[in-house]
Amino acid sequence: MINIFNYIDRPSPIHRLTGATKLVCLLLWSLASMVTYDTRLLALMPVAAVILFAVSKIRFRDVKAVFWVTFVFMVLNNLMVYLFAPEHGVGIYGTRTVLFTIAGPYTVTAEQLFYHLNLVLKYLAAIPLLLLFVCTTDPSEFAASLNRIGVSYKVAYSVALALRYIPDIQRSYHEISQSQQARGIEMSKKESLVKRLRAAGAILIPLILSSMDRIEVISNAMELRGFGKGKTRTWYRGRRFRAADIVCMAVCALLLAAAILGTVLRGTRYYNPFV
Amino acid sequence: MDTKLSVKTVVAIGIGAALFFVCGRFIAIPSPVPNTSVTIQYGVLAFMAAVFGPIAGALIGLIGHALIDASWGWGIWWSWVIASAVFGGLMGFATRKMPLADGVCGSDELIRFNVTQVICHVICWGAVAPVLDILIYNEPVEKLFVQGLFSGIANAVTTAVIGSLLCVAYAKARPQKGSLEQED
Repeated sequence: MINIFNYIDRPSPIHRLTGATKLVCLLLWSLASMVTYDTRLLALMPVAAVILFAVSKIRFRDVKAVFWVTFVFMVLNNLMVYLFAPEHGVGIYGTRTVLFTIAGPYTVTAEQLFYHLNLVLKYLAAIPLLLLFVCTTDPSEFAASLNRIGVSYKVAYSVALALRYIPDIQRSYHEISQSQQARGIEMSKKESLVKRLRAAGAILIPLILSSMDRIEVISNAMELRGFGKGKTRTWYRGRRFRAADIVCMAVCALLLAAAILGTVLRGTRYYNPFV
Repeated sequence: MDTKLSVKTVVAIGIGAALFFVCGRFIAIPSPVPNTSVTIQYGVLAFMAAVFGPIAGALIGLIGHALIDASWGWGIWWSWVIASAVFGGLMGFATRKMPLADGVCGSDELIRFNVTQVICHVICWGAVAPVLDILIYNEPVEKLFVQGLFSGIANAVTTAVIGSLLCVAYAKARPQKGSLEQED
């Protein structure tokens, strides 16, 4: 079974932070990367992320596969943007500096290239932190963290249930798929698309119906144990905040504040070197 | 909100999100267009929303989609995650009176289910996702609407096939309302 949520247990200062801290930092950081198009800030964030990776003792080869998938996705997305709107950067930055022409409407302008640089930096700013979060946060601590930052404990428990049952459902999907294939359903390219969809249905129906039974069994078990009677609950994996946690959250809050303040002061989200 | 979530809904959200995740991540049907595959998680989402209601639908979409994005590692694409949540919520709200759990799923229910899902897909992928993309990422409008259109159509088709199949199968597996009679 592939381990999708790739938690890597190594002693490091980042692993010692509580899950709630890392979740808050991740949210603040991603918000900052979404709000701003300030190239200087966006360039700073990947550098900081690389340093954090070094601190966390997560090595490049631990996340290599994910990194390449993301890289291809990023290149494709940039290509799409360029194919659909080769003048998008000109519209944003207000000047037009033609470098050379490829064909027809596809000219290459300095503004467009700068816009693509910003897009790439936005990915590089946001993604490493998510990877870092996934690699350094124990999934069992995640529900406790969600509850800590104010998510209702029932919703937090749903997330915990989802993480707990993904491997189980994956396994039963695999079993059902194999037994249906033994009975002769065809999922490969040899069949037409509609037939393949119907074949997927033949696997899904037993999967969903058995999951409906599972819902019944689990909710009965939880009801018997009195789930949902109290207003709050405690978590086996919950931990208290320490000084390092507060500092990390403060730094990320400052980052978001800088992103918002910069946008407000400039009156636009873009840092414009062309004027 | 806390008091309204029954234990069953909590569990349905958890299992539903896990199903959404497994379907979206591992069950990809190769399509005629190269490098694209048709995923079927929205059929499952529409069905779960029809059975368990709007709150469950919205949260299954939100949690399931966020988990898929997080596991791929390209960052959580919030605009589309929120669009999934909106789809689940709308679907659950519009089909809240469907008597699926009582074992009824005739042509009336199927037509209602499918008309609703097409409208919800149009709202989510034609409006919610592109508008949020513009607000958050400010990518070119044409690209976003083409992407939205393509995934909207693909999702509506898979929901029509898979979602309807699931509704019929589930209704058949449920005991009919009034199927037990008291003997004199």
